[in-house]
This record gives sequence, structure tokens and C-alpha cells, in this order.
Amino acid sequence: MSLWQLLYEPDRWADEINKLITNWGLQLGIPVFITQLFLMIVVAVILLSFILLNVAFLTWLERKVAGHIQVRHGPMRTGPHGILQPVADGIKLLFKESITLPFVDNFIYTLSPAMMFTAAMLTYIVLPFAPGWVVAPLDYGLIFVFAAGGVSSFFVFTAGWSSNNKYSLLAGMRTIAQVISYEIPMILAALGVALFAGSLNLVEIVEAQKGLWNIVVQPLGFLLFLTAALGETHRAPFDLLEAEQELVAGYMTEYSGMRFALFYLGEYTHMFAAAALMTTLYLGGWQGPYLPPVVWFLLKAYALVLLIMWFRWTYPRIRIDHLMNFSWKFILPLALINLGVTALVLVW
Amino acid sequence: MPDFFVLAFYAVLGLGMAAVIILLNWFVAPRTLATARRNTPYECGDPPLGSGWVAYHIRYYIFALLFVVFDVEAIFLFSWVAVFKTLGLWGFIEVAIFIVILVIGLLYAWKKGVLRWI
Repeated sequence: MSLWQLLYEPDRWADEINKLITNWGLQLGIPVFITQLFLMIVVAVILLSFILLNVAFLTWLERKVAGHIQVRHGPMRTGPHGILQPVADGIKLLFKESITLPFVDNFIYTLSPAMMFTAAMLTYIVLPFAPGWVVAPLDYGLIFVFAAGGVSSFFVFTAGWSSNNKYSLLAGMRTIAQVISYEIPMILAALGVALFAGSLNLVEIVEAQKGLWNIVVQPLGFLLFLTAALGETHRAPFDLLEAEQELVAGYMTEYSGMRFALFYLGEYTHMFAAAALMTTLYLGGWQGPYLPPVVWFLLKAYALVLLIMWFRWTYPRIRIDHLMNFSWKFILPLALINLGVTALVLVW
Repeated sequence: MPDFFVLAFYAVLGLGMAAVIILLNWFVAPRTLATARRNTPYECGDPPLGSGWVAYHIRYYIFALLFVVFDVEAIFLFSWVAVFKTLGLWGFIEVAIFIVILVIGLLYAWKKGVLRWI
């Protein structure tokens, strides 16, 4: 059997490897706990490499998409079509001095980028990439995703505050205002989906969409979730916290070197997590004909990522008062109505 | 493996990776002379006036208050959704009353001009 054929049965594959290693460990007299820990470390390494490679690819993709939308080439020099550009950027940033100015709150200043990336990374452990391919199929997966996403945004605020720079502080305050305004409609829209599945477990939500994707039964919910996710992950047209024309670089103004790179890592990790979550909740997750489940999952997630990038290079930035009004006076009531109607129909 | 052990493991792993990246950067990066000019915060070319920790507008606080109300609501709704099918119609009516009270609160805040961003 080739690897490609194995991809069609990811749950069996995962099971077989698990059994094989556990049995092998038992024969050698190693306790099950140790082999389980070893497997967990292997899974963690795979997941981390996926996240890092994915972010590298996404930064390249964003620049290429931006280039082609504006009728230019984007990066072309490093490797074929500039595919090695993220590597070059990474090496350059590694050899740049990471300046810490004397009046910053040093501990929080260093902790913020690290925590922002960690929190964004944590959302991946409940995402079902394929049947059986989920690090922790938590029963409260949906709550956990929102919690980790919220924490990720909180550290944007601490970064802005600890920098002791007026631009950074403004960006931090805007983050809090924006993220809290868009988190509630996002949660309410996702609850409509959870009502259909009758569960908060992301795996069960995907399995409940067999045959009919949630985007068909919850089109309004999908649009609300997409809009709110743009606000939550601070992507254009809601990227007010790094509005470069008014705030220099927003919360990253004082950052340089690898601490700056960690913010980029966190942002793109968070963005892909949002796209993957939308795939899970509305586009049927890994389900689809002919291709292996994990390929379907990545295809759908990347389609959404491209949509988000398309938004960024098409729409102008929204003014802050419009942003807040849009959330509280338009999306929030609509999300409440959506949830109410969904529950009413299901109770009927 | 218990759930919380997995979560803690990944949290430590993420922080550890970030720490390795920052330390590596610290080891290989060059050092520039910390002159007074280099140590000023960025402010579009002008020397900054005072500290960066300035007072900000009260409206952020009011929105945060509103958020707390609706976020707590969301936590209650999560638990309702999890047992929606067993609670049925009666649970729906109770939650509807709960949400209507909150919506009245939102409308009151709206009418009082809290949602206006000046």
C-alpha cells in the first residue's frame, strides 16, 4: 500500500501506529506511560513543524497574492517565484538586534510575543485535520478555541502597553475594543452550528455535517462568523490596530529582531486557525469525495485563507467608530436573531 | 492522557520554542552602542514628550463592561447548547427569557448613547 492510499484511512493509520509502538514498548519492558509520552512528543513535533512551515508559506502567499492583485510580481529573486523568501526573511531577522529600550516593562515586553504565539498555537490541538487526526478531541473544544483565540489577542494589548510608546498604547487599546466587540457575535454564530450538532466537540460537529454542510443551513451564520473572524484576527478591513498610516506599526512599533518575528508567527498562526475553524464549523471539515480527508481539509482552509487575503487587498480600512457601530448595532443583533431562529426551528 | 496534561504540555512547548528563538537571536545578533538617541521611543522623528503611558478615553471601559455582560451570557449559552436536545422546549423558553432580558439591557445602553463612539 502506498502512502497516498493510507491517507484515505487516517484513523486506522493512527491506530495502527499507536498499537505498534505500544506493543513494541511492552516487549522491551517500557511502561505504557513512557511510550504514550514519546508518541505525544512525536505528534507535537509534527504539529509544530506543520505550523511553522504553514506560516512560512502563508507569508510568501500573502506577498504573492498582494503582488498579483496589484499587477506586479511580488518576491521573485529567492528561489523559483520567490518561494525561499520566508527563509531569507527568517535568517535576516535572526541576525538583527532585538532592541529593548530602557523604559519598557521588560518582562511583559518579552513575554507578550511568546505568549501570543503560544495561545494561537494552542487552538490547533482541538482542530480535527482528518478522522482520528486530532491531538486532543476535547468535549469542550469550541469553548477552548475561543478561549485560546481571546488570550492571543489579549497579549497584543500587553505588548502595546508594555512598549511605553504612544502609538503602541493606542493600538493596544484599540485591540481590546475591537476584539471584545467581535468575539461575542463570533461565539453566537458558532453556537448556531453547535445547536445542529448537539455538541461542543469539534469532531462531532464535523461528523454531524455528513451529506449537508452547515453553510447551506446557516448561510447567515457563516457570513457573520467570517466577518467577526476578520475582526477577531485583526485582518483588513478591520486591521485598525496596525493601521500603518496613523499608528506606524501599531503594537509592534518598538519591536525588532526575533521578537518581532514571533508576532508575525502568531498573527498568521491565528489567521490560519480561524480559517480552519470556519472549515470545521461550516464547510464540513475533512469531508469530500475522491481526495483524502486531510487534503480536503487543507484545500477548504486555504480557499478561505485566499478569500481573507483577497479582502485585505480589496477593501479600504474601516474607521474606528464605524467598526464599533457595525459590531454592536448590526452584527450582534443579527447573530442573536440567527441563534434564536435556529433554536426555534430545532425545537419545532 | 488527561486533557489538562496535554494542554499544559503544549503550552510549555510553545513557550519553550519561543524562548529558544529569542535566546538564539540574543546570541547571534550584533550589539549597537546604546546612545541616548538610540534609546528614544519611536515618535515620527520628534523627541517624545513625557511617558508613553498616557491616559486613555473612558469609552474603552464602558465597552469592556458591556462585553463582560455578553461574555458571561455566552458562557451560559455554551452549557445550554451542550444539553439542548435533552432540555427541549422548556429549556429554549428559559434561555429565550434570559436573552430577552439582556437584549433589553443592550437596547437601554443603545438609547443612552453608550454605543456612540465619539
